[in-house]
Amino acid sequence: MTDHSLPRRLERPSALAFLGYVVAIVIVIWAFQGAGFSLDKVLTSPPRFADFMSRAFPPNLESEVMARLGRKMVETLQIAFAGAVLGVILSLPVALLAARGLIAGPWINGIVRNILGFIRAVPDIAWALVFVVAVGLGPFAGTLAIMIDTIGFCGRFFADDMEAVDKGPSEALTATGARRLDITACATLPAAAPAFVSTALYALEKAVRSSTILGLVGAGGIGIELKVGFDLFDYPTAMTVILMIAVVVIAIEALSTWARKTIIGEQR
Amino acid sequence: MTDPVNEILAPSRVSDRAGAQRVPVSGDVQAGSAAAPVVLQDAMPRHDVSVQGLTKNFGQTPIFADVSFRLLRGEAVALVGANGTGKSTLLRCLLGLIPASSGTVEVLGRRITDARSADLRVLRCRTGLVSQKHNLVPRLSVLSNVLHGLLGSHSGPRYWSQSFAPLPARRAAIDALEQVGLANLASRRADRLSGGQSQRVAIARALVAKPQLLIADEPCASLDPAAGEEVMALFFKLVRENGVTVVFTSHHVDHALDYGDRVIGLAGGKLALDATAASLTASDLRGLYD
Repeated sequence: MTDHSLPRRLERPSALAFLGYVVAIVIVIWAFQGAGFSLDKVLTSPPRFADFMSRAFPPNLESEVMARLGRKMVETLQIAFAGAVLGVILSLPVALLAARGLIAGPWINGIVRNILGFIRAVPDIAWALVFVVAVGLGPFAGTLAIMIDTIGFCGRFFADDMEAVDKGPSEALTATGARRLDITACATLPAAAPAFVSTALYALEKAVRSSTILGLVGAGGIGIELKVGFDLFDYPTAMTVILMIAVVVIAIEALSTWARKTIIGEQR
Repeated sequence: MTDPVNEILAPSRVSDRAGAQRVPVSGDVQAGSAAAPVVLQDAMPRHDVSVQGLTKNFGQTPIFADVSFRLLRGEAVALVGANGTGKSTLLRCLLGLIPASSGTVEVLGRRITDARSADLRVLRCRTGLVSQKHNLVPRLSVLSNVLHGLLGSHSGPRYWSQSFAPLPARRAAIDALEQVGLANLASRRADRLSGGQSQRVAIARALVAKPQLLIADEPCASLDPAAGEEVMALFFKLVRENGVTVVFTSHHVDHALDYGDRVIGLAGGKLALDATAASLTASDLRGLYD
C-alpha cells in the first residue's frame, strides 16, 4: 500500500511572503501612530459622548426651525440632482473618449483617463472650495462641485462598462462595413445601458451624501446649518440636521435600489 | 413593385447577385446623372475569394500556415476541421477582422491584407457575418437589430433605431424578417426570442443589405438539433435564392456534405482537404477529426 502522507495544515510562508507580512504590520502600526490613535481617549469618550447626546436630545422640532431646515434640505437635493444630472450627461462623451477600442485612439484614451483620475483624486469638498472661489458662495458652486465629481466617477465607470460589453454584436456590425460611431451607438451603448443606469443611480446617491456637507465651505445646502449648530453649541438643532440628513440619504438609497430593479430588471 | 433594398442601396453597391455577365449599354448612364456610376460586371473577378499562402500566428503560436484556396461566385464552401485548427480565425481573416501574419486575401476583387480601414469598410458593405452566437443587441427590437445590417451602406443616427429610420430602410428590414418568417415579431425585444428565432433574426440582419459574400461560423452550433436543421435549411435556401457566395464552418459532417458545393478541411495547421462535396463521403471528413 502506498504511503500517502497528509499535507501540512498550514504551509510555512516563503521568506518573501514573511517579509511582506512584517512590512504590512509595520505600516498598520505607523498609520495608527500618525492618526493619533489613543486607547485612553477611546475609553474616556463615552461619558463625553453621552453628555453630547443628553444636550442634543430631544432634537429641535420647532416649526420655524423645521421650515428653515426643510428649505435647506430641498436646496441640498436640488444641488445633488442638478449636479448629478449634468455630470452624468457630460460623462457620456468623456467616457466614449476614455474607453479603449471604441472611437478614440490609445493616446486620447490615456490622456482622458488620466484627467479623470485627477478629478477623482481631488475630494468633492476641495472642488467645492475651488468653485466657491471661482463663482462665489452659494448653491451654484456646490452644483459645479458635484458635477465635476460625478464626471470623474461616471466617466471612468461608463468607460469600463463599455469596454466590458460582449464584443459579438460589434463584430457583426463591423462585418457589414459599419463605421465606429455607428457600431458604438448601435451595439456598445445599448449593451452598456443597464450598467450606465446602475452607475448613474449610485452617482446620484453619492451626490446626495456629498451635497449635505458642501455647506461647510459655503457651497450651499444644509451643511451650513450643521456648522452653525455646532459653532453656537445649539446641539438640538445640529441633531435635527443630522437626523434629517440620515432620513433623506436612506430614502434616496431605497429609491435608487427600487429604480435600479425596476429599470434594469433581473438582468443585472 | 420596386425592391426597397435596391431603392436604398447606393447604385455602386447594387450588383448582379447571380453573377451574370452584364455589359453596360448607353441607357445605363443617364445624361447629367453624377450619382450613377457605371458598374462593369464583366470586369469583376470570377472568384469572389482568393487566398494565397495565408499564415496566422498568435504571438509565437502558429494557428495555420500556407493556406491557399479560391471560391467561385455563388459557391457554398464548407470549412471543416477539429477544434483549434483555426477555422474561425481563417473566416475572420477573410473579412479583415483579424490581420493575417502573412499571405494575401482577395475578396470581391479587393486585396484586403494590406487595405486601409476605409477600403475595408467599403468592401464589407458587400459581405455579412453569421456567428454561432446570434450577437443581437438584447435590449433593442428585432426590427432595429435587422436595420443595423444596413449601417455599412447607410451611416448616421437615422439608421440607429427603427423609430427614426427612413421608410425604405424599414421596409427592407421587415422584408428580410419576412424572408426568415419572423415579420410578426418585429417589435419584440431581441432578448425575448428563442435561440432559433434569434439566429433567424441574425440571418435577416446579414441578408438585409444583400451581400455578395456571407461568412457563417457554425451558425447552428448553439441550437438544439431540430432548430439547427431548421436554421441551416432556411439559411441555405435564402443564400441559394440570392446567389450569395458562402463560406461556412460546421462540426456536422452531414451539413458540410449536404449544404456545401465544396469542402475545405484544416488539420495540423495546414490545408488538408479541398474537394467537391459530391466526391466525398462522411468517413472522408471524419478522418480530419482523428
